[in-house]
Parts: sequence; structure tokens; C-alpha cells
Amino acid sequence: MKLGHIYAYTGGKDFNPDQPTVVFIHGVLNDHSVWILQSRYLAHHGWNVLAIDLPGHCKSGGEPPTSVEEASAAILALLDAAGVQKAALVGHSFGSLIALETAARAPERVSHLVLVGTAFPMRVSPALLESSVSAPNQAIDMVNTFSHSTLAPPPSALGPGTWLYGGSRALMRRVLASNRKVNVFFTGFKACDSYAGGEAAMERVQCPTLFVLGSQDQMTPPKAAQGLVAKARLAQVVKLPAGHSLMTEAPDGVLQALKDFLKV
Amino acid sequence: MSGYADPGFDTLALHAGAAPDPSTGARAVPIHLSTSFVFESSDQAAALFNLERAGHVYSRISNPTTAVLEQRVAALEGGIGAIATASGQAALHLAVATLMGAGSHIVASTALYGGSQNLLHYTLRRFGIETTFVKPGDIDAWRAAVRPNTKLFFGETVGNPGLDVLDIPAVSQIAHEAGVPLLVDSTLTSPWLIKPFDHGADLVYHSATKFLSGHGTVIGGVLVDGGSFDWEKSGKFTELTQAYEGFHNMVFSEESTVGAFLLRARREGLRDFGACLSPHSAWLILQGIETLPLRMARHMENTAKVVEFLAAHPLVSRVGHPLLESHPSHALAQKLLPRGAGSVFSFDIAGNRAQGKAFIEALKVFSHLANVGDAKSLVIHPASTTHFRMSDEALAQAGIGPGTIRLSIGLEDPADLIDDLKKALKAAEKAA
Repeated sequence: MKLGHIYAYTGGKDFNPDQPTVVFIHGVLNDHSVWILQSRYLAHHGWNVLAIDLPGHCKSGGEPPTSVEEASAAILALLDAAGVQKAALVGHSFGSLIALETAARAPERVSHLVLVGTAFPMRVSPALLESSVSAPNQAIDMVNTFSHSTLAPPPSALGPGTWLYGGSRALMRRVLASNRKVNVFFTGFKACDSYAGGEAAMERVQCPTLFVLGSQDQMTPPKAAQGLVAKARLAQVVKLPAGHSLMTEAPDGVLQALKDFLKV
Repeated sequence: MSGYADPGFDTLALHAGAAPDPSTGARAVPIHLSTSFVFESSDQAAALFNLERAGHVYSRISNPTTAVLEQRVAALEGGIGAIATASGQAALHLAVATLMGAGSHIVASTALYGGSQNLLHYTLRRFGIETTFVKPGDIDAWRAAVRPNTKLFFGETVGNPGLDVLDIPAVSQIAHEAGVPLLVDSTLTSPWLIKPFDHGADLVYHSATKFLSGHGTVIGGVLVDGGSFDWEKSGKFTELTQAYEGFHNMVFSEESTVGAFLLRARREGLRDFGACLSPHSAWLILQGIETLPLRMARHMENTAKVVEFLAAHPLVSRVGHPLLESHPSHALAQKLLPRGAGSVFSFDIAGNRAQGKAFIEALKVFSHLANVGDAKSLVIHPASTTHFRMSDEALAQAGIGPGTIRLSIGLEDPADLIDDLKKALKAAEKAA
């Protein structure tokens, strides 16, 4: 895999080598901006933030990862490039599997692991995989419907007046259009679906693990994370009244969980 | 409501943005008449000001009641979010002021509401923003009007009052080739008749005074972002893609891949220009939106009957509604506006000015006033009222003659509307 240039949003602050670092990893057809509230807060409260666009997505160059393992290699390469020996990893959905695999491969480099909206196995139906290629806009609408839980979300990433369903749909379309060569919708889903090493990885993780789960999540329902929770050595579980798009449907709840876990 | 299940338009009109109030159980949207909102802590206060957390601070920037309206209109339009403003004109100004400053250029349709034409032709020119007006149906003219400093294309879904249908797919394509967004005033159609984002528009605004509120009780506007325009790729909008000293050196396009425009419009435009909507007004507009689908259907039914009556009347020389095959936008309306091209339209009396005056003064059910989109039927003489600042040439370009009468068809019994028009036309005949 050619890594190329990896973009990371730093929350409006310069990198400070004396501070701890947290890496945010987004899910399929998302980018760094889904973490904007949580990442901007941490950046202004003593943490270096690297909220990335995965390779081949939006502002990042290179080829999109075709597996969780490939994506994990990209995270470790990012840490090397940034000169970060140890970081907290926060991942959502596909990104949670990437964070998990990274923490398993290099436990000495991960101080905290946060899995948001996670599941193992993270199966994707053959019909959805097929439609991510043949009818991506309809597939985006379907995923969007299953990722949200309310018609009345609180003030979110764009502040009050944000319509999350529309915002998520626009972002997914933009991310899909950002790579003309590879369908990152399909490659992302395929990587989720084919990842087999989740529970084994969880057993190798040395650091504390926080699970942030949406009680109304239809994509990765809380029960689908129980296998990982059972394997985690130092597990904390926070359930929030939200769907799969936890960072935008429950921005304060996710932030509070991060603050408590990272001791901000 | 638990669980999101891709609800339809009518459901969104009632529920988007609102749930029963968690503290009181109130089912209707509460009116939060509070200028300010207490901070939980100093840390939360600082985080709210620095956009690290989302919430309400001061009602010029946002308000819980107003936010419900913003979410609801964004949901109905298929946008990513919205900003409610003090009026439709404030929404237009907010869009322009967010995207450009002195030295910029707009390409706009000639078929605009008189107030919008005035803003572009006179007022914005004084602030160094020039506008080139083109016939909305002259697609080549849109392309030819583009300059290196062009920042925006602008038109109305259906022009006021000639109902020239804007070819949004064609015009947006030219706009995008020029690296600029298309802003559409969708006041006269509402999202029930057309969702401009589905056809290529990038920004939409409404005078919510009209069909959204629907009862002639409130002045307000809403500006919606479709989230589709790529400001970075365009390279023309440093306002959104470079650090802004006026707000923590924030690069809006970095903060939000799809929402940079809304971030700046709220954080600069509402903060500095201050044309916010009162929460009480927002509540009134929300009440109207709850019945928007029902009202629009009746508006269209009544309009079809009135158009049919007028088209057959001997004293009427022209009826300007795309329902008629004679209208230049008939075919385009069939394509873009299958539910109808609105209930505001004009017609010409085959007579002199005195007959036009006699007609208006004889009407009993129609109210003679300067508004449209009310539940009640309305009438006005554009050349002497809404469009009176425009030159004869500009009037002609907008499809308005000295004897043109504009109607806004309401929700009364259609037989009563036709009877009222029949008697007024008789009075006009006698005034010859």
C-alpha cells in the first residue's frame, strides 16, 4: 500500500511534543470532520490531536486501505512520521477496528484505546456491498437511515440548526467523490466485513479500553460489541442514547466519556 | 420519536427538529424567549465560544426554538443545516455577505422579486459588489456573464411574478463550471413543490413570511446549505478556506468538510450583522410548516381552477402561469415542478389602467395588499407597488406590463374566488 501524504486536523493548535497525543480514526465514507467537536476540545485542553483522513480519503493522498491490517500500518506510519512514541487511539466503526488492530500490533505505542460504535465481527450484507458499487447514492441513504436515531438531535458539529441526516449524507457523498479511482465505500465496507482478527487482537491489547456504544445503534448494536468487551482486560463501557453516528448525535456524551477516560 | 426510519415530507414537516420537551413534557415546541443561556461551568463557556462544544449562548447567534425551525427547513429541503434570519431579504444578504466582499461579482436572473433586484442593482453596488442580470431562460447569457471575480449565481425557482421557471440543472452546471455556487430563492414554490438541491442548487433561501408560515402573520427568512459545493476545490472562496482572524484564525473548510459556509454565516454573519429571527417568529413559522403539505396541495388545486377560468375569459389577454401551454416555461415546469409552479401568478386585463384599477377595487374576497403566500387570496398591481423602483425596461425584462395584475391564490372555496374575479372583471368591463 502506498501511504502518500496523510492529512490530520490538529484542532486549531500546533503540535507540542511535551503533550500527550490522541489520534482520531473515522469510519467508512467519513473523514476527520466527524470528530470536530471532540477533537477541537481536546486540542484546547492539553492534548495533541491528529484527526486523520484515512489514506485515499478527502485531503489524504495514497491508496485507500483494503483491510483493517493495512489501515493499521498506516496509523503506525503516521505516529512514526509525527515523532509520536505513544498515543491514545480513538476510532469509530471501521476506525474502531483499525484502532483495535493497531493497539494489538504495537501495544507499547498505545496508551488508551477508545472504540466508538464498534462490533465484531462487523459484517456487511452482500446486498449492501453490491449496492455500494452499483447504486452508491441509494446505499448512502440506507446507511444514513440506519446510522441515525432521532429527528431531533441536539446542537451538533455545525452548531444549532444542523440537520444531521443531511450533513452525514453530504459528507458521505463528498468522501466518495474525493477518490475517483477507488470506490472507498466498497473498500471500507469490504475491510470491515473481512476483518477476522478482532477478538484475538483484543486479547493482545495491553492498555485500558473504553467502549462508547449507542443504545439505539442499528448498525453496530451494543450486543454486537459484547464479544470484544468480554476479551478486553481493562474495559469500561459507556452507553449513550444515540444511534451509530454517536459523535454528532451525542456530542457532549462522547466528549464526557473521553474526558473521563483520558482524565482531561 | 425513537428510531430514525427515513420519514417522508409530511412527517418531517411535523417532527423534524422537535421532540417532546424533556423537562416539561410539552408536545408543542416551547418558545424560548431568553436572550441568553446559563453556562454549566467556566470551561463549558469557553468551549462554547471556541466551537469546541455545541450549544446556545446568546439568541442573536442561536436559540433553541429558532434551531427547531432551522432543522425543520433543512430537513424539508434535504440540506445539511440552516440559519433563520429576520426576513427573506436578510437571508439573501447573509448569503452574499458570507461569500464575498467589495470587488466581487454576481450573475443573477432578471426575474427577481423587486426587493432583491433593488439590493443587487443599487445597494450592493454601493458596497462594491456588482451584478450582471440575465434572462433566466437564456442559458448562454449566464455563461457569457461570468467574470474572473464572479462569486455567485442567483435566481428564483419561479420568477416573480412572470413565473419564468429557472432551469436549475442547466444554470447550476454553468455555475459549477465557473467554480461558483448557485443560490436559489425558493419562496414561491416551497420545498413541497421543488427541492432545488435535488436539481443542482447549492444554497436555498426562503422568505418564510410567505408559504412556510402561510398565514400572513410574521416576517422571517431561512437560508439553507445543501453541503454539496466544494469551496476548497473552487479556489475562489478564501473567506471559507483560509484562516479567519475574526474567529480564532479558524479555517472553516477544515473544521467542516461540508459545512464551512454555515459555520461562517452564523459565526460572522449573525454575530456581526445581527439579522437574527425572534424565537416567537420562529414558533409562528413552525406552526405554519406543520400544515405546509396540506396547504400547498389546496393552493395548487385552487390555482388550477382560477387559471382555467381566467384563461377562458374574454377580458383577459394573458394568463402567466406555466400550467398553460402558452407559457414559455410550460415544458420546464412539467419537468421540474410536476406538482405545480406555485399559486402566485400574473395576468393582463385587455383594457386600460382605469379598468385595472376598477378591477382591483371591485374585488371582495381577494385582499389588495403587498404580500403573497397567505392562506387568504391576495391581489396587487406590481408596476405601481412591489416593482415600482424598476425602470420600464427592467419591468419588461421581468415580464411585467403596466396592466399586469398579480394574484396569490389562497385556500378559500374556489367557487367563491372565481365568483369574486368574475364580478371584478365585469366592473372592469363597465369602466371602459
